[in-house]
Amino acid sequence: MSIITDHDVRYVAALARIHLKEEEVGQLQNDLEKIIGYINKLKELDVSAVEPTSHALSLENVFRPDEVKPSLAHDKALAIAIEQRDGAFKVPKVIE
Amino acid sequence: MTTGSQTEFETVIGLEVHVQLSTQTKMFCGCRNVFGSAPNTNVCPVCMGLPGSLPVVNREALRYAVRIGLALNCEINRYIKFDRKNYYYPDCPKNYQISQFDMPICYGGHLHIPVGDGQLKKIGITRAHLEEDAGKLVHAEDASLVDFNRTGTPLLEIVSEPDLRDPQEAYDYLQNLKLAISYLDVSDCDMEKGSLRCDANVSIRPAGSTAFGTKTELKNMNSFKAVRAALEYEISRQHKVVLAGEEVIQETRLWDENKLRTASMRSKEEAHDYRYFPDPDLVPFTLADSEIEAARTALPELPEAKFQRFLKDYALTEYDAGIIIQDRGMADFFESCAGIFDDYKKICNWLNGSVLQAINERKTTIAQLDISPEKLTDLIKKVDDGTISNLVAKDVFLKMLDSGKDASAIIEEEGLAQVSDEGELEGIVDALVTDNPQVVEQIQSGQEKAIGFLVGQAMKKTQGKANPKMIRELITRRLSNG
Repeated sequence: MSIITDHDVRYVAALARIHLKEEEVGQLQNDLEKIIGYINKLKELDVSAVEPTSHALSLENVFRPDEVKPSLAHDKALAIAIEQRDGAFKVPKVIE
Repeated sequence: MTTGSQTEFETVIGLEVHVQLSTQTKMFCGCRNVFGSAPNTNVCPVCMGLPGSLPVVNREALRYAVRIGLALNCEINRYIKFDRKNYYYPDCPKNYQISQFDMPICYGGHLHIPVGDGQLKKIGITRAHLEEDAGKLVHAEDASLVDFNRTGTPLLEIVSEPDLRDPQEAYDYLQNLKLAISYLDVSDCDMEKGSLRCDANVSIRPAGSTAFGTKTELKNMNSFKAVRAALEYEISRQHKVVLAGEEVIQETRLWDENKLRTASMRSKEEAHDYRYFPDPDLVPFTLADSEIEAARTALPELPEAKFQRFLKDYALTEYDAGIIIQDRGMADFFESCAGIFDDYKKICNWLNGSVLQAINERKTTIAQLDISPEKLTDLIKKVDDGTISNLVAKDVFLKMLDSGKDASAIIEEEGLAQVSDEGELEGIVDALVTDNPQVVEQIQSGQEKAIGFLVGQAMKKTQGKANPKMIRELITRRLSNG
């Protein structure tokens, strides 16, 4: 009853930028199986008369006016940068 | 005659246009939405995606999006939500972009493009959705540098149907899209500043086929002309691939403006798996019918309608009307002039000539130019009633712009009025006849064209002030009297 394959686990881990040890792959495969199994159980419910919801709060139309608020001071904004150059965050090169 | 492979294929193009909305602040935070600040100076915990920060929708951005949607003949969704589009790339600090997945604010619109002989073709607009812009990356030799100032700028992504059939249609679509949006006061639409950007999806298929071929996505075009050139290149590349018996690979290709070709992007971004889901930080919102109707009523007359009306009401040529409506301010200026002076063609010639030239040379707008409809029509009238020649008027116009004075004052101060006093002109003609015996001989031997030389000399002597028609008459009279 393998719904989640070994490949699925590695793919999801790659998308989430999680590095897995070999033994963790099998463990997670089991965990994900259980979660998906639970979702499948929920799917047995008839919800055809229920409106889909995208949000748990019964709130709507929370807006702000188009008014400028102070931004962070430049040095404060860059304080979290591991490396910086010319006022910018420096990261490993992403394009060849 | 149709020969060769070019005619065996049909091209299918769809465009994705990103328009930055010119709100004061960003989409979800109060940071200033401006171009050209020092890197990372318009940033805050929300747009940098710091833990614990919460986005709140800018009401004005929503209004702008509705305004554009209505101008593009779109339906407006009454119930809207935002979704997270997940991807890892350094320009995106939250590792997701807030966008709209299945409930875009606008859908089902269209725009017309000219296809010759006064015919129009309808290009469908699939949808337009609100999202936030990513940051700016600068790629150095050894690293990439990230500036988050642009992160969170409100964007409307306008997606066309794959209705465009050649690069020129794509170009015309972009022109008309930009023109329509420029009438709405919601965006600079300045490609150089990146406030309007375009990606193109293009594929080819055997003519007559209805299935789509494999498409490539073209990016990195910095002008509409570049979009057209990139499409031309890419279509020809796809032809060659297919004719060589190979298959077009679905990929993103970057336009190289220097080498004039597209090349595979080969980015380190992972395969697209965006895993969209509703953003739990943002509650859904609803738009009332009354609000949408109010926005519809508040729309200005759009370029297409204005063009047709100018042809009809002012009997302008398609060429003249086409230029005038390129700028809403210019069109309004024209109408103000037309209310004062009824030679519409002459007004057009001035606007599309000296006025447009001054605007381009001074890199300004009609509104900022020191000229009013009253002042301009006053100047045109001075030419009309023979006070000054057209040539002098062009000079007076420039002096008006520089000094802010009106035409009469400049003409008087500088003594530019045409000399129509017969006695004064006769004296000039006498001197010319005496000084140019050979020319006189030519004229008397029937070479009428030589009169032109003497008229030119008279104009030169008077710095363009002599009435050329009178000069010509006086020369003819003088010489025929022997």
